[in-house]
Amino acid sequence: MTLFFLWTDILVWTLVAAALLGGWMLLRSPVSRQKWVTIFRSKIAMASVIVLFFYLVFALLDSVHFKVDKPNGGTPIVSLLDMAMAHQKDFSERTYSAPFATHEYTKSIVVDAKGVSTQRYLPLKYVSSGQMLSGSIQGLLTGALIAVFLIGIHLLWRAKGSVGAHFKAVMHGNTQLPWRTAYGVFALMTLLLAWLYVMSFSYHVLGTDKVGGDVFYAALKSIRTGVLIGTLTTLVTLPLAIFLGVSAGYFRGWVDDLIQYLYTTLSSIPGVLLIAAGVLMMQVMMDNHPEWFASTIERSDLRLLFLIVILGVTSWTGLCRMLRAETLRIAKMDFVTAAKAFGVSKWRIMARHIVPNLTHIILISIVLDFSGLVLAEAVLSYVGVGVDPTMYSWGNMINQARLEMAREPMVWWSLFASFIFMFILVLAANLFSDRVQQVLDPRNAQ
Amino acid sequence: MDIMNQGPLINIENLSVSVEEERLLDNVSFDIARGETFALVGESGSGKSLTSLAIMRLLPEAIRVESGDVKLRGKSLFALPEYEMGHIRGSRIAMIFQEPMSALNPVMTVGAQVEEVVRLHLKLSRAEAKARVISLFKEVSIPNPEVRYGWYPHQLSGGQKQRVMIAMALACEPDLLIADEPTTALDVTIQAQVLELLEKIKKERGFSILFITHDLSVVSQVADRVAVMQKGRIVETADAETFFKGPKHPYTRQLLKDALGSPERAPTPPAPSLLEVRNLKVHFPVKKGILQRSSGVIKAVDGVSLSIDKGKTMALVGESGSGKSTLGQAILSLVPVTEGEILFDGVNLVSLSKAQLQPYRQKIQVIFQDPFAALDPRMRVGEIIAEGMESLGIGPKSKQARREAIMKLLQKVELEAEAIDRYPHEFSGGQRQRIGIARALAVEPELIICDEPTSALDVTVRAQVLALLKRLQEEMGVAYLFITHDLSIVPAIADEVAVMQRGQIVEQGSVAEVMKKPKEAYTKTLLAAAPKLPETIQKGFYDHSVRP
Repeated sequence: MTLFFLWTDILVWTLVAAALLGGWMLLRSPVSRQKWVTIFRSKIAMASVIVLFFYLVFALLDSVHFKVDKPNGGTPIVSLLDMAMAHQKDFSERTYSAPFATHEYTKSIVVDAKGVSTQRYLPLKYVSSGQMLSGSIQGLLTGALIAVFLIGIHLLWRAKGSVGAHFKAVMHGNTQLPWRTAYGVFALMTLLLAWLYVMSFSYHVLGTDKVGGDVFYAALKSIRTGVLIGTLTTLVTLPLAIFLGVSAGYFRGWVDDLIQYLYTTLSSIPGVLLIAAGVLMMQVMMDNHPEWFASTIERSDLRLLFLIVILGVTSWTGLCRMLRAETLRIAKMDFVTAAKAFGVSKWRIMARHIVPNLTHIILISIVLDFSGLVLAEAVLSYVGVGVDPTMYSWGNMINQARLEMAREPMVWWSLFASFIFMFILVLAANLFSDRVQQVLDPRNAQ
Repeated sequence: MDIMNQGPLINIENLSVSVEEERLLDNVSFDIARGETFALVGESGSGKSLTSLAIMRLLPEAIRVESGDVKLRGKSLFALPEYEMGHIRGSRIAMIFQEPMSALNPVMTVGAQVEEVVRLHLKLSRAEAKARVISLFKEVSIPNPEVRYGWYPHQLSGGQKQRVMIAMALACEPDLLIADEPTTALDVTIQAQVLELLEKIKKERGFSILFITHDLSVVSQVADRVAVMQKGRIVETADAETFFKGPKHPYTRQLLKDALGSPERAPTPPAPSLLEVRNLKVHFPVKKGILQRSSGVIKAVDGVSLSIDKGKTMALVGESGSGKSTLGQAILSLVPVTEGEILFDGVNLVSLSKAQLQPYRQKIQVIFQDPFAALDPRMRVGEIIAEGMESLGIGPKSKQARREAIMKLLQKVELEAEAIDRYPHEFSGGQRQRIGIARALAVEPELIICDEPTSALDVTVRAQVLALLKRLQEEMGVAYLFITHDLSIVPAIADEVAVMQRGQIVEQGSVAEVMKKPKEAYTKTLLAAAPKLPETIQKGFYDHSVRP
């Protein structure tokens, strides 16, 4: 078993490192530290971040891949999440089954030993019925233990003096940040996940899809796709938008004309059209170069990477326009004139004076764009120009649900699972971005 | 006449206002008689605008009235229901503001805006209202009122916009006009015209004015009675004459003293020339159309010649748009020069390449007007000051030595050395200005362009900053080009003065010559328009040498 990095894994971990570094640099300045404390003083922001944190953990768990040597030959690539969910990944049912069902959803024709054919609901292969109560108790207990343990560690870490007094302050909501809310949401999420996880050993908690695959597993795997598209796309967008926006605003003249022309043209082409064209070209290119990838998982990963690049290259215009306008304003400020009078070079002025004063716009646009991009993935996959059809994604799940919804009786759980998972993520991201915008946007300052 | 007309027009009785625990107004009491101009004077944050808002019952929601009452003709305004108060606003009490641009709706013609008020309060027909607006415009001396009626605010000059605001305030024949710093944003000549207009209309119509200002010389021109506010309290109330003759409260004395400025500068021995500007022209092309063809030029600086001697101060005086700031930028080599020479120590800066210019960047530095825009909010004070030293390679190279040098510099501009690790937002306007001065001094310049460094500051802070600049000049022998629109500070700081109008210097010479015996008509107009404190106290103060 060896560690194996997919392209997107490398990018994700680079992004995590960059985010940690950026966060550390931001927090060094007491001004921005104060701003972030203000952001988290809102209970809603705190709760949203805890929810987002859970999504992030799943995305990261799913971004550590190993090449496993199987005794029967073949070296499949599996992630940590796959290993934790091996009981669902490796064993699939025959076809549809409802959440917590013990039998299949549709009748099958069975010919018994006497040659009589009957129609009946076949029992599921990997379900051990009668575990409802004991499994629930076991799951909830595990969840409670984990939650108490982690919250306890955090309490000890945060307590400056006596732990008891700190605990009391938290319980009465007298802390500077709403830790009571944070612990509440954390405990709730842990309990729910632990229960679902323990139950998934005995049941298909969110049912199975057409080919008998577990929907809970599919929804969990989709988290990585969604989160990656939401975050990595901004990684592609940011350098383009910052470099072009700041250059246009600072140099003015022909540079400004050129960049404005570029983004005006780009934003006049319908986005979906541009993305569809890009994706189709990329497909042809990948078909011509089969040597680029050794397995399906690598192929779908490469396709995801290209999709991210295409989304990034087509969506920098809005931020670029905002940064250009703000740069125009800042470049006229006296402190920039003072730097010029000191003979500070243009690039240094941009790096030291202009970009740091744009951080609030950049941060606001990152959090605002995130939910939009997660939804865009779903729409694009639904239309058929999104991620690889073999890749787990909410868009693909919704796409399949098109036919499932038309069945009689209706198969609703695929759509339901993807909807709930996506809804919670996007809702948390939106609530958080509202708060970020409210605090960081200087126009909202009193 | 009934009894109601005998007493004062409006009484403010023991008005106290607070936000949360903080008291913003503390037992403010005064009354204004009919036909009187009552001036409320104070520095920023003293509560003068708040008082006017309290009278209009327009206080922000977070601020509550603790106690006290406002009585208009003996009738309590605080007891009125809101719809009656709405009638009082506009028809009995009207207001004009400092910034006429933001007080006018930019997408409505000025005529329509005034007409709206007229129709609302006087119930006139459209034609009658229009005729009334035009007569109002005539009354406030707007030229071509029939044509201006259809103009939008951006087409009018600052002074004309303020006239429109006055016309709007007059529309309903108020008893009291609250004028909140109505001339602060205007040039001196325009300010003189607006003040004259207010005086004339007041006489004709016989209403009262509550004049809110920070400028004591304006007060001396318009006010019948004066009240001085400090930190939400009225410290002294008196009629104008006794007020300027013998102020009683120490704060008032300090204010007056600072407004007067320090005594005239003693003549200094002649020194060799440091900077010489010869026939300098800075023209900006006006570009039009898709192809950006130049369709004309704006002559911001048009053939200016001046020279500054080592260790001396030249004051550059002019109204907004006269090109004085552009001249400063040209000397700093920050705008391209169209024609002419800038000789610094005999070297023509215009002909130098960027690299050759670098050593001269150190010699010429700048201090700005707006202390809030001048410092990068994301940098620590130490980093701000170190920037020039790093860029130009001045001062000690090691981190520790540089840090000590910066701390010394901070002490030199009368700040604490600990300020080095703090951020600009933690400082007041005056302190920020000191940081700006320290930043310029860090590279040991020989000439500092001071671009209106005191016009955003209160009088007491202004006096302190001017004193600091003067002391630094004596200690370090640095020369200043002091750009200002405020003529009152010129004698105190400058050796020479140049008056600029429309990109050209109309008169220059020693301060004594130009300020006392101006030759050019424009200089005379400027000097005449500048509000002055009465001669009596100008002498009186230095005779008795009042010290706090």
